[in-house]
Amino acid sequence: MIHPGAASRLAPYRALFGARFRMLLQYRAAALGGLATQIAFGLILIMIYDAFYRSSTAAVQPMAFRQVASYVWLGQALLMMLPWNVDSEMRAMMRSGGVAYELSRPVDLYTWWYARAAAQRTAPVVLRAVPMLVFAMVGLPLLGLGEWRLGPPASLAAAIGFAAALVGALAVACAFSVLLYIAWIWTLAADGIVTVASTAVSMLSGLLIPLPLFPDWARTALRWLPFAGILDQPARIYTGHIASGELAAVLARQLGWTAVLIALGRRLLARGLRRVVVQGG
Amino acid sequence: MTGLGNAIALYGRYAAASVKSQLQYRASAVMTALGTLLITASEFVAVWALFDRFGQIHGWRLPEIALFYGLISITWALCDAIARGFDNFAQIVKSGEFDRILLRPRSTVLQLLGQELTLRRVGRLVQGAAVLGYAFAAGRIDWTPGRAVLLVGSIGCGICVFLGIVMLQAASAFWTVESLEVWNSFTYGGVTMGQYPLAIYRPWFRALFIYVFPIGCVTYFPGVAILGRPDPLGAPPIVGWLAPLAGPVFLAGCLQIWRIGVRHYRSTGS
Repeated sequence: MIHPGAASRLAPYRALFGARFRMLLQYRAAALGGLATQIAFGLILIMIYDAFYRSSTAAVQPMAFRQVASYVWLGQALLMMLPWNVDSEMRAMMRSGGVAYELSRPVDLYTWWYARAAAQRTAPVVLRAVPMLVFAMVGLPLLGLGEWRLGPPASLAAAIGFAAALVGALAVACAFSVLLYIAWIWTLAADGIVTVASTAVSMLSGLLIPLPLFPDWARTALRWLPFAGILDQPARIYTGHIASGELAAVLARQLGWTAVLIALGRRLLARGLRRVVVQGG
Repeated sequence: MTGLGNAIALYGRYAAASVKSQLQYRASAVMTALGTLLITASEFVAVWALFDRFGQIHGWRLPEIALFYGLISITWALCDAIARGFDNFAQIVKSGEFDRILLRPRSTVLQLLGQELTLRRVGRLVQGAAVLGYAFAAGRIDWTPGRAVLLVGSIGCGICVFLGIVMLQAASAFWTVESLEVWNSFTYGGVTMGQYPLAIYRPWFRALFIYVFPIGCVTYFPGVAILGRPDPLGAPPIVGWLAPLAGPVFLAGCLQIWRIGVRHYRSTGS
């Protein structure tokens, strides 16, 4: 039960989220074009893993091939949720000085941007994920490529755990996205920072290669980084590679990182605003 | 051949102007080139991790894969550096800029190639060269002058293939005003595909990249010939030396489609 006062305090952020979400849902043609490319990528990646698994002489690999296939499709479906870019509108706003309007609003800027990031990380996923999942679950078997498909969740518990971990993943992804926004307050040449961040995200979240396939010595470290919580852990709960019993630990790591990233973001924003230079024009 | 000489001279001027303008923002150019280097280097780390785990793929080992990987990275980096005008073509059509291009007494292709020589692609080029260097150092390639020529020739023919695909993508803007993103499946997807030998893929997929978009002809077959391995697909050795010629042939076909597109062009009027 939310206190009525709290609800009205949250109203502007909810309104921003709703408006951005509905606006982003309009980009259906772009989503469709991107969808075809992502399907092609998913297929190529799975073909490569398929060839590796067929060549493998080891008795057991750390992950079964069908789990890898599901993992790849989940990664493609959730691609737009990963905090690997800053949308062009935001960049234009920082460059043109439009950020001055953001600063003059009677809202908490961090929460305002968090709501913006939340829309940015959900609406495109909604647009792309549904057709992608239909293709990967139903289309592939119809094409006679059933072994490459996205399988159903490992169990009911895995499905519920996946849904919970997805919420945690979104919380981390949005907190990380806001950090990238804040980078633009500090420097107008934040493209370099964003590039480094997007490399880290694609490499360490499991988008480029499923994290369980990394060398054993790297896997513990990877698990404790914030990026694993964004894609790897939800996908592994889905495929049953992480037992449902470990869900609490996964969620705890996600929420812990969300808290750390939010605290860091608030600090950097407050300090950045003291020295911000608004671009004229 | 004064026409061709003149065209090359003009392209040289375009390129020089473009490089000069990019060097006005030196820090930014260096930063983005370093960023590209970082991204592409992380891609190779992923490949390395897979070999660390699996050891080999259909009998191919990492130094051999590095040859294919380096070849296609260098090829794509060079194509991407010269093809910015085609990459950006939807914008050129929408803004009406293409009207101006048509008015000038030079070919549209030359003018679009001259739009920009994108320096930041240097990052991918350096990474591709480094991976290729690793392939040379760690593999056992028996170098002959012929093989060195084949290496350079297949990069040149590979640029033709990718340029053709980018041109088709741009040409789609003549009909739809948008440059269709679907084509990225064949450029970026083709690059990812070409990092591994064609032999590991399914027959229908191989056929697509041999007969329709001949990326396999400019990387896989010459790569096998340079490595001096028998082709697991059963092609005789001579194929490795002739297949790259599919690149210029493909480009010639794409140029025909481009010309049809130009004839079909109607200004957006803005």
